[in-house]
Amino acid sequence: MSQTFNQQLKKYYSIYTGGFIGFVVLLGIAEQMGTPRAYLGYAFLVATILLYATIGIMSRTLDVAEYYVAGRKVPAMFNGMATGADWMSAASFIGMAGGLYLQGFDGLAFIMGWTGGYCLVALFLAPYLRKFGQFTIPDFLGARYGGNFVRTIGVIAAIICSFVYVVAQIYGVGLITSRFTGLEFAVGVFVGLAGILVCSFLGGMKAVTWTQVAQYIILIVAYMIPVVWLSVKQTGIPIPQLVYGSVLEKVTAVEKKLTADPKELEVRKIFADRAKTAGEKLTAGAETSYNADKAALVAKVDELKAAPTPDGAAIQAAEKAVDAFPKDVKAYEGQLKGQQGAAGRAAPPLPHGTPFVGTGKTDEDKQKSSDTKRNNFLALVFSLMVGTAALPHILMRYYTTPSVHEARVSVFWSLFFIFLLYFSAPALAVLVKFDIYTNVVGKAFADLPQWVNSWQAVDKTLLSITDINKDGIVQLAEIVIGQDIIVLATPEIAGLPYVISGLVAAGGLAAALSTADGLLLTIANALSHDVYYKMINPDATTARRITISKVLLLVVAIVAAYVTAQKPGDILFLVGAAFSLAASAFFPALVLGVFWKRANKIAAICGMLAGLGTVMYYMLRTYPFFTNLGVPKMPLWFDILPIGSGVFGVAVGLLVMIVVSLITKAPAQEVQDLVEHVRYPSIKGDKMNTAGQMG
Amino acid sequence: MQLTDQHRDYWRKNLRITAFLLSIWFIVTFVMAYFARELATINFFGWPFSFYMAAQGSLIVYVLIIGFYAVYMRKLDIEHGVDEGEEA
Repeated sequence: MSQTFNQQLKKYYSIYTGGFIGFVVLLGIAEQMGTPRAYLGYAFLVATILLYATIGIMSRTLDVAEYYVAGRKVPAMFNGMATGADWMSAASFIGMAGGLYLQGFDGLAFIMGWTGGYCLVALFLAPYLRKFGQFTIPDFLGARYGGNFVRTIGVIAAIICSFVYVVAQIYGVGLITSRFTGLEFAVGVFVGLAGILVCSFLGGMKAVTWTQVAQYIILIVAYMIPVVWLSVKQTGIPIPQLVYGSVLEKVTAVEKKLTADPKELEVRKIFADRAKTAGEKLTAGAETSYNADKAALVAKVDELKAAPTPDGAAIQAAEKAVDAFPKDVKAYEGQLKGQQGAAGRAAPPLPHGTPFVGTGKTDEDKQKSSDTKRNNFLALVFSLMVGTAALPHILMRYYTTPSVHEARVSVFWSLFFIFLLYFSAPALAVLVKFDIYTNVVGKAFADLPQWVNSWQAVDKTLLSITDINKDGIVQLAEIVIGQDIIVLATPEIAGLPYVISGLVAAGGLAAALSTADGLLLTIANALSHDVYYKMINPDATTARRITISKVLLLVVAIVAAYVTAQKPGDILFLVGAAFSLAASAFFPALVLGVFWKRANKIAAICGMLAGLGTVMYYMLRTYPFFTNLGVPKMPLWFDILPIGSGVFGVAVGLLVMIVVSLITKAPAQEVQDLVEHVRYPSIKGDKMNTAGQMG
Repeated sequence: MQLTDQHRDYWRKNLRITAFLLSIWFIVTFVMAYFARELATINFFGWPFSFYMAAQGSLIVYVLIIGFYAVYMRKLDIEHGVDEGEEA
């Protein structure tokens, strides 16, 4: 039966993929015939959300196993695609290539961290969780360590990290919808929310799974087309991942040239001087400098006017300068701080392919700063990897496969489908960089490519080029580029029609929606299954459980959208924080739970709290957002930035769990039997059946 | 539940392969990244070797590790009589 189900799925999704490509081609023809761009944007938005809604409605269910774990019959490959979409968020799709563009080698920590974690999922968790076969991650903690206390900590940790993460996704949805349709950001957030709810509300995990498969197909097609096209344009070969090494060599050569280029040096010196003067003025006191500067400007006008032969043009220019001068001290101070902050623009271009570029005056300083960068790279990779293997919305997906073996194969497919995008992102970053180095840098402002002008008009934070040294030629140091533009503008850089830009937006939307779906479902399930059913009302009927879950889903979604509409701080930091929190809360307890029978309840409680506490404490005391709010600041431990704090949390959590287990009593025989039970895919005569009716 | 020697043997072998694959994972990830500056001097088809490994090579190794584990464990399940059969 499962074999024919698998065949059917393959058929349906092939037809679907063909249909989707046909749809894009049709829109392409419509564009050629003169359809306005805004309509194309709407067409993509409406068509994809309708599509997800259709799948959601077709998958509606009232069955508990279908609602929570898609009936445990998702074949390995399809679960892999669903996990891929679940995994790849707006940050992966839109932000990552841009991050690599800006950070060069050091940005690769995200590429490694967000893929290598699947090795831990495969080796330590997926097969055992599947054998255990309940509904949520707190379920496993509750059964393995006994009692509701561990389960409660699990629920709280799951909600904290999923909620932080879902806010980042809804933010992405709002951004894409508003940019491509012209709606307000807040309206975009709620349109996106509707898109999220139609997928998950009626059919829970079952609906989310099948929409995620559909979303994966859209997002991977949308990512690949522009990269491949750009590669053909630059190298003549359509497999960018194989050939961008040669482009990287060229980029490195251009970087060397630009580092010593006299015009570049001139611009960088202007930035350095400005920063220095601004710094001096700030130390002298903003108010004093404000009055002095203003007086100087006014005096200049008077002086020019008092000259024996007044020069009209010079007077006008001087008067203009007085008008342009900041109106009050606060604005003036802001301007100075901006100039001081732009000191980084005085630095030579970052060598893209060189790891851990050290900065500083002496060789010793350089070596030290390079070592710090390396240590942070290692800590970040570790936190992201262990966090991957602890995020509940990902682990939950391995409950949905038909068997333990399929769970193992499914991790393989998951990483394979994620890999397709992740090994293209570094290629895209290099290709775009080369394009900018050759087609923008060194060109006259008058003949810049069309896409540069149109994106500058859209949003100055994404791209802005100012002629600092007034020579009419673009220098690299004169370009400010935001990371989100890299993926969004690639179709135009590659010279593709607008319909492909619409496709990329639809891909970004698919990535954000699919991740948001998985996260919202995790939160709602933790509340409805773990809190309501397991702790408050174990006699609840299945219909009641599902109703409660749906209501909670709606409530959580609205709260998340409300928080997002307030545009909370640093989205990237939120995502990073979610990984460190999940890693330190769950990883030690889950892994020791399977691999060490001696691990007991009290140790799990202490370990989870200690791990979570360590990370939260470290972030509170070191992250500028909190220290600016008045939390006393403390020095970094080993110079590790707060985003990599999972390394401390996991170490503390593991250590505490081991020590506490060893000084307290071993767990009861039933618990040890449960551990044996999850270790073997199937044992003859094993009476234990943790998987309920779906055994 | 009664565990036989065969079961214990299965678990031992599982631990062994897990440790083996994990050490490959560790070398490819952390050892390579630790020595990234030294390895960057090697040219690998145009890429500095450490850049290639971080951007692509390590990812390929991760996929292979997981694929190998799935195949190996399937065989081990069947040899030790703990497999789930065709229709799980």
